[in-house]
Amino acid sequence: MKKALAILLSTVTCLPAMAAEEINIYSFRQPFLIQPILDDFTKQTGIKTNVVFAKKGLIERVKREGKHSRADVVLTSNFSALMQLESMDLTQPIKSDAVTKNIPASFRDPEGQWVALTKRVRNVYSSKERLGKLDALTYEELADVKYKGKICTRSGKHPYNLGLVASMVAHHGEAETKSWLEGVKANLARKPQGNDRAQVKAVKEGLCDLALGNSYYFGKMLQDEKQKPWADSVYINFPNQTNRGAHLNVSGVVLTKYSKNKENALKLIEFMTDNKAQNMYASMNMEYPVKPGVALSELVASWGEFKEDNLPLSEISKYRPLALKLIDEVKFDL
Amino acid sequence: MQSLLSLSKWQVFAWLIGACLSAPLAFLIFESLQGDSDVFTHLWDTVLWDYIYNTLVLIAGVLLLSCLIALPLGWLTAYCQFPGKKYFEWALMLPLAMPTYIIAYVYTDLFDYAGPVQIALREWFGWQSPDDYWFFDIRTLGGAIVMIALVLYPYLYLIFKTALREQSFKLLQASQLMGMSPLQSFFKVSLPLARGAIVAALALISMETMADFATVHYFAVSTLTTAVYDTWLGYYSLTAAAKISGIMLLFLFVAITLEKISRKNTTVHERQSAVNDTHLYVLSGKYAWFASIYCIVVLFFAFALPVGVLVSYSIDYFDQAWNSEFFLYAWQSLKISLWVSVIAIALSIIVLFYQRIGEQKSKALPGRVSSTGYALPGTVLAIAVLLPLTLLDTKLNEWLEGTTFEPGLLFSGTIFAMVFAYVVRFYAIAQGAVEASYVRISPSLDMASQSMGKNFAQMLTSVHIPLLRGGILTAGLLVFIECMKELPAALLLRPFNFETLATHVFQYVSDEQLELASISALFIVLVGLVPLYFVNRSMEQHNS
Amino acid sequence: MSSLSLKNLSYQYDGQKVIENLDLEVAENEIVCLLGASGCGKTTTLKAVAGLLTPQQGQIVIHGKTMSDNTQFTAPQHRNIGMMFQDYALFPHLTVAQNIAFGLSKFNKADKQERVNEMLELVHLSEFSERYPHELSGGQQQRVAIARALAYKPNLLLLDEPFSNIDAQVRFQLINDIRQIIKDQKVSAIFVSHSKEEAFAFADKLAVMHQGKIAQLGDAKTLFEQPACKEVAEFLGQGIYIPAQAEDKCDFTTSFGRVTSTKVCENAQGAGKIYIRPAHIQLENGETNDVEILQSRFIGTEFIYQIKVADQAIEVPVESEHALNINEPVTFKIKPHAVNFFS
Repeated sequence: MKKALAILLSTVTCLPAMAAEEINIYSFRQPFLIQPILDDFTKQTGIKTNVVFAKKGLIERVKREGKHSRADVVLTSNFSALMQLESMDLTQPIKSDAVTKNIPASFRDPEGQWVALTKRVRNVYSSKERLGKLDALTYEELADVKYKGKICTRSGKHPYNLGLVASMVAHHGEAETKSWLEGVKANLARKPQGNDRAQVKAVKEGLCDLALGNSYYFGKMLQDEKQKPWADSVYINFPNQTNRGAHLNVSGVVLTKYSKNKENALKLIEFMTDNKAQNMYASMNMEYPVKPGVALSELVASWGEFKEDNLPLSEISKYRPLALKLIDEVKFDL
Repeated sequence: MQSLLSLSKWQVFAWLIGACLSAPLAFLIFESLQGDSDVFTHLWDTVLWDYIYNTLVLIAGVLLLSCLIALPLGWLTAYCQFPGKKYFEWALMLPLAMPTYIIAYVYTDLFDYAGPVQIALREWFGWQSPDDYWFFDIRTLGGAIVMIALVLYPYLYLIFKTALREQSFKLLQASQLMGMSPLQSFFKVSLPLARGAIVAALALISMETMADFATVHYFAVSTLTTAVYDTWLGYYSLTAAAKISGIMLLFLFVAITLEKISRKNTTVHERQSAVNDTHLYVLSGKYAWFASIYCIVVLFFAFALPVGVLVSYSIDYFDQAWNSEFFLYAWQSLKISLWVSVIAIALSIIVLFYQRIGEQKSKALPGRVSSTGYALPGTVLAIAVLLPLTLLDTKLNEWLEGTTFEPGLLFSGTIFAMVFAYVVRFYAIAQGAVEASYVRISPSLDMASQSMGKNFAQMLTSVHIPLLRGGILTAGLLVFIECMKELPAALLLRPFNFETLATHVFQYVSDEQLELASISALFIVLVGLVPLYFVNRSMEQHNS
Repeated sequence: MSSLSLKNLSYQYDGQKVIENLDLEVAENEIVCLLGASGCGKTTTLKAVAGLLTPQQGQIVIHGKTMSDNTQFTAPQHRNIGMMFQDYALFPHLTVAQNIAFGLSKFNKADKQERVNEMLELVHLSEFSERYPHELSGGQQQRVAIARALAYKPNLLLLDEPFSNIDAQVRFQLINDIRQIIKDQKVSAIFVSHSKEEAFAFADKLAVMHQGKIAQLGDAKTLFEQPACKEVAEFLGQGIYIPAQAEDKCDFTTSFGRVTSTKVCENAQGAGKIYIRPAHIQLENGETNDVEILQSRFIGTEFIYQIKVADQAIEVPVESEHALNINEPVTFKIKPHAVNFFS
């Protein structure tokens, strides 16, 4: 009976037979951002890549699918998703000498449960016309009353802002961060909305003078015909250069606990941490590569050297839930 | 005995359907009972009341605006003759095919401070900064209300117009002869008589509004849906998320109950349906102009303008936006939408049939529990769907262990999960539309058919289904179009490398670059228009 | 002053003439019935009077006020007309009292209540005031409809086949009741029907319509006895045509013998036909066999014989005591009566 059903099921279902030379990817990043890298990987290794992209819920999906999950790797766009996957026991150590060699220890889990692929800075953009370059700016200053009605940002609950707030908690503690958040909220030119590009656009149009935004958006806007005038209207500033350095976020990858194509997955992760892919991240997506020595894109390099906040991501990540609570408490988005 | 046996068969079918369609929600509630409630208390103390307030204002605003748009349109097209009416009558349904996340994007792009309209105004009047003038802010609760109402009003329009058509002209003539103007007759006769239909439509609209995430998120308006996302995907607390879903279900329950109550009061009246062959009022002069212009204005803002903007994006960004995969995406969207429409309608007919022939007190229950998926926001529903499906997969794999065949994620990892989620979500629409037709079939037809020796199945296929034609077509149309637009469940549940038009568009919308997917967005609208055209034509032929 | 005056009224629909050059006068407190087969234009005439459709030509004057002519058109709500519909068109969402009060928007609250009570009493429905229409019998619904139409004291009452949904047993009682109510309220009425029995019982005057025109207007007896044309004669009662030769204005020869008219036939001249109704036929067993008996049935006091004569079929009653022996020859005789002669 069981056998009969098994045969029946195997004939009627249109389950794609899983070829050995395949790898399945759950991605929080838009396919158009990573496809060239994946294509290059396939060209080099002959391993086919299958992608499911979603902005939300992929972690739940991996969790629910359990040991039958077909996902081999998960690509994330921020560090909290990496930590979450790890803490929910959905990952397995990435055991690869190549990866260990490519990526500095602070950008991977000690056990290899996750590996960062690219770095992005939480920059502050300032209006060329109205504020000029602000080399000495700090995140703390954003709460200063002199910027009242001058700041634009996306939702406080977006992972990028959440990461920044968590790092503030890590450095200053809960109470101080809360009053800082209240200060920033009081300085907002408008309710948090839109993405990082939209904030720069608002500066260009004169709605505000300061905008929080990730570094790579600036590069991508400069490359887009329509958006170039927006980017041209602002300076990119790296905050806290006089003290702890600018806050970093990372995109990264995990190897799933029940990966069925572990060999191939490891090959992909190695590929992504190696020169070629790191170079592509740098030149196409305007991100900072994690592998030391990989050249920045010319444009990104032109923004100059800067000091990074060295607090480990895993440390910052601990304060994420608290950061979210504080944002709710001050009703940052409302 | 024969009849008893066959009745219990229908009962089993109906309950089975009810159990399947409510399983995701049941699992969600069960999950939520385990775990702590710290997060919920925290939300309760901080932002939850703002969310509830926003949700209520949003729903109330959308309902009010939908009424303002749709009721006059329904009345004009049902009773009046004016220039262009023949075209307006079906064109006014077009906005249904427009996804909210697209219309919201387009309008923001146009009316934002940094958008072309405000820039042009600033250049024209020489204004320098936002302090120099006032302009409405589109990314607000009010903006969200307008956007959602613009695409949801067709529900009310369609249902209200049908209800008016079924009212006897004589009642309005009587009212007019007793000294009431056509407008007074509308308020004193047409509106109260169509109350049941209006409430049904408003219940649909409020559920859709409650489930909307894309628009409110884009407009940075925090509602209960936002809260569900935050708690689940930010605080990683399923318990709190389920509790908030519980609050939303309470709203839903109130909406459904209101609808049932009002329908109960009108069942007696609805039997007097009439076929009115000609127009009641022939508008002329300024009234005719006014009617035509009103239709044009609604069509312009709800359809022509956003489509025009999409077309202009497509032309400007043609090289980047053109993609030969479109036809594959369109085909996949079409296929899945057709499947879901057929399944949802078939299931709703079985459930409603049992509701009609059943003698148990609980006969209405399967229909009610089956409709609960409608108000769940897409991503929540998607995860809720994964709960029973992954369990099923795990059990199946355990059971088949040792055989040569390892099914893997047979249910949750295939297109089955998507179809199931869509059916759970849109079943309520199908049931609503079919039920509206069902109450109009006289019970004596059942007796006649039984007395002539037909069994239940024959009665269903040879008597009920032909008579349900109108309801089935409407249901098919609405479910199909909703499926074409549906996003979050598709995004999360799709198998590898499976793209629909909506998921393709979303990867660009999520990066605020709809321009690059404008052609796909146009495809969504165009493919949605196909059934609109056929259903409309089929209904017209049926009427004439 | 007449209550209603229609002059030269014409209405076309889809290029077809439904009413053509119609003239009609209705006096104060008079009930006129528009009688005719379906499609004759009677309901269209009623709707034109109500203002529910716009005639292409002609004039409608109600109580001296012109409602509609080539230059003006008064909307239905400003005509102050009461109308009773075939299916009553009671508002299903309103109670009996609310239905009656519907047209009383110009009354203040107390007056309104008083008028409603008055009307409820008039139609003997006081205890049903809070019921909904679907909870009433057909006859009760009809009384609500008449009360509703009369409540706001209309200048003119229109009734569109109001009795067609009523059981035959109670129909004539109701017709009498409603006629009495209308007469008491001193209102003029136009009544549309295709049943001459209802018309005879309800109306003061009958206007027989044929192909969009009024063929004849008069009281029941005149119409029946002196139809102006074949159509009127046929509509008012079943009959057959017998070829006849007019000897003079009161005397006719037929193949069934001589026929004497009890009235003077002004148009009697030469060869023609006379219209014979069943009441004017006498059947008896005799020497000549004039008719073919198709069927016979006994209904108590009399036998009804369906016969064929002069190639036409007709049913003729014969009292029981004069029952025919259908195996014997049956002779056809015409009784002396007011002859209708058509040349």
